[in-house]
Amino acid sequence: MNHIALKMLMGDKGKYLGIVMGLTFASLIMTQQPAIFLGIMSRTYSFISDVGLPDIWVMDPKVQFVDDIKPLQDTELYRVRGISGVEWAMPMYKGLLKARLFDGRFQTCNVVGLDDATLIGGPPVMLEGKIDDLRRSDSVIVDIDGARDKLGKPSPIPGGKPIPLKIGDSLELNDRRAIVVGIAKVTRTFQSQPVIYTTYSRAKSYAPRERKLLSFVLVKAKKGQDLAELTRRIRETTGLAAYTQEEFKTLSFEYFIHNTGIPINFGTSVLLGFIVGAAIAGQTFYNFTLGNLMQFGVLKAMGTSNWTLLRMILLQAVLVGSIGYGLGVGLTALFGFAMRHTILAFKFPWQLLLFSGAGVSLICVFAAVISIVKVIRLEPAIVFKG
Amino acid sequence: MNPAVRCQNVIKVYDTGGQKVTALNGINLDIAAGELMMLVGPSGCGKTTLISVIAGILDQDEGSCEVFGENLLNMRSRDKLNFRAHNIGFVFQAFNLLPSLNAAENVSVPLIINGMKRVEAERKAITVLEHVGLGERWTSLPSQLSGGQQQRVAIARALVHSPRLIVCDEPTSALDHETGRNVMTLLKDVAMHKDRTLVIVTHDARIFDFADRIAEMDDGHIIKVKDSR
Repeated sequence: MNHIALKMLMGDKGKYLGIVMGLTFASLIMTQQPAIFLGIMSRTYSFISDVGLPDIWVMDPKVQFVDDIKPLQDTELYRVRGISGVEWAMPMYKGLLKARLFDGRFQTCNVVGLDDATLIGGPPVMLEGKIDDLRRSDSVIVDIDGARDKLGKPSPIPGGKPIPLKIGDSLELNDRRAIVVGIAKVTRTFQSQPVIYTTYSRAKSYAPRERKLLSFVLVKAKKGQDLAELTRRIRETTGLAAYTQEEFKTLSFEYFIHNTGIPINFGTSVLLGFIVGAAIAGQTFYNFTLGNLMQFGVLKAMGTSNWTLLRMILLQAVLVGSIGYGLGVGLTALFGFAMRHTILAFKFPWQLLLFSGAGVSLICVFAAVISIVKVIRLEPAIVFKG
Repeated sequence: MNPAVRCQNVIKVYDTGGQKVTALNGINLDIAAGELMMLVGPSGCGKTTLISVIAGILDQDEGSCEVFGENLLNMRSRDKLNFRAHNIGFVFQAFNLLPSLNAAENVSVPLIINGMKRVEAERKAITVLEHVGLGERWTSLPSQLSGGQQQRVAIARALVHSPRLIVCDEPTSALDHETGRNVMTLLKDVAMHKDRTLVIVTHDARIFDFADRIAEMDDGHIIKVKDSR
């Protein structure tokens, strides 16, 4: 009977494609929009991921997320270094500073100051130059996206693409010269500002004069050290906030979840997509069953059991669901692939496949159940009604 | 000898939105094995309801209807399905072929319902299609066949599992006079034998001469049974 079920399903090409398209659309919306949402949200902690090496981040207790800088006094660094279980502790400056560009324009940049001696916390991937080049005077490393776009030199052709900043070019930070010695690849941040890396002491000279300029203390725990225990010890000893890398990511992520309209905007879009997709696919599948009611009635009259009819409808639902889901997920993956070099945020973890798979399954089960109920209640005597 | 079908005091009342309509009002009818019985009468007289009860696809409210000695009303649902699948063939006014299956696949459906493997069922279906003169057209979809050809496929489908009872609802109404008579000739030639019973509901007076007996119905009663042999 499976063969008959499949032939019934695919016999009417228009309806068959309609159901598959509906499910493809639902699946696409249920994966593409959350993938963009996850992409955007992952940018809220991408800087923490990029820094990578330290186990623990120490900061002012009032800090709510990674860009919410509340500077500390430099002496806090030495207090942290004195805590047992700390392998090393390094300073990091992070702040938004205005860079004066080649043509006199100003551009706000995310300036990161690394420990002068070790350069810990530097960019994850160097595309040109070496991180050690930061030891040269006035040197900075800029991120490739910033170098190509916001920090680039204006094109000689009106409306043309900017000329990317390259090694040897210079810009000004707080009236001080900065020479580009390297180009790095960093993960885009939520604010998508250009990122400029330099040493901690030079970053302090670029920054406006303030009593406190230390943004974070990056801590590496001694081997075998329990991180939860060490963070607790740092908090108790210094009165500062100390988070493991994962905890700090979660803190930043949750700040954006609770304090911005992003979740509700994307949630609404995903929900609407789900409802529209479910309505289209469910309605089309139900109409397909209704359209075939006489055929099911004939099969029932000829002795087909309700159980067999149920299996036939489930098979039809599973088939269109699988094809629609595969196409939708495939289109989402293609979308992500096509947009991989653009500013668009996109993150497609395997959990999202499960989420959209569950969504499409729910639609199919719902459509199949209402169809099955109709067929089970069908009086086989319908076959004699014209 | 027991009749193939024995209806005794069969009553069926439909409840249509609070209004009771008596479709069958104490039907008594015996149909012998090997007999071609026609049920005739005006629209709404209960012919289709009676044929549905005889075929075991509708339960009567009162009375009994025994088919080959089995009281269908007392059967469990599963047994009734099996009984229908093995013993009853259907021919419909609108043919009711599955539009996406070709002729052989349509004819093989009752065999597949009875558990036969698809390939074997289709092979047997082609043989039966040859008997009804459509051996060459077994790959055709219903939409590629004329009305008469579709009805011949439907007849092949009704015969393929060798049922003992074939019920036909207005089998010639959708066909022109000549095609209708051809279908009836085929039905009588191919389907009839001493162990098989045909019950045909029809309005079509042009085919009355094919019947062994004609039961005339009106208002839920059988008012006359005429022997036309």
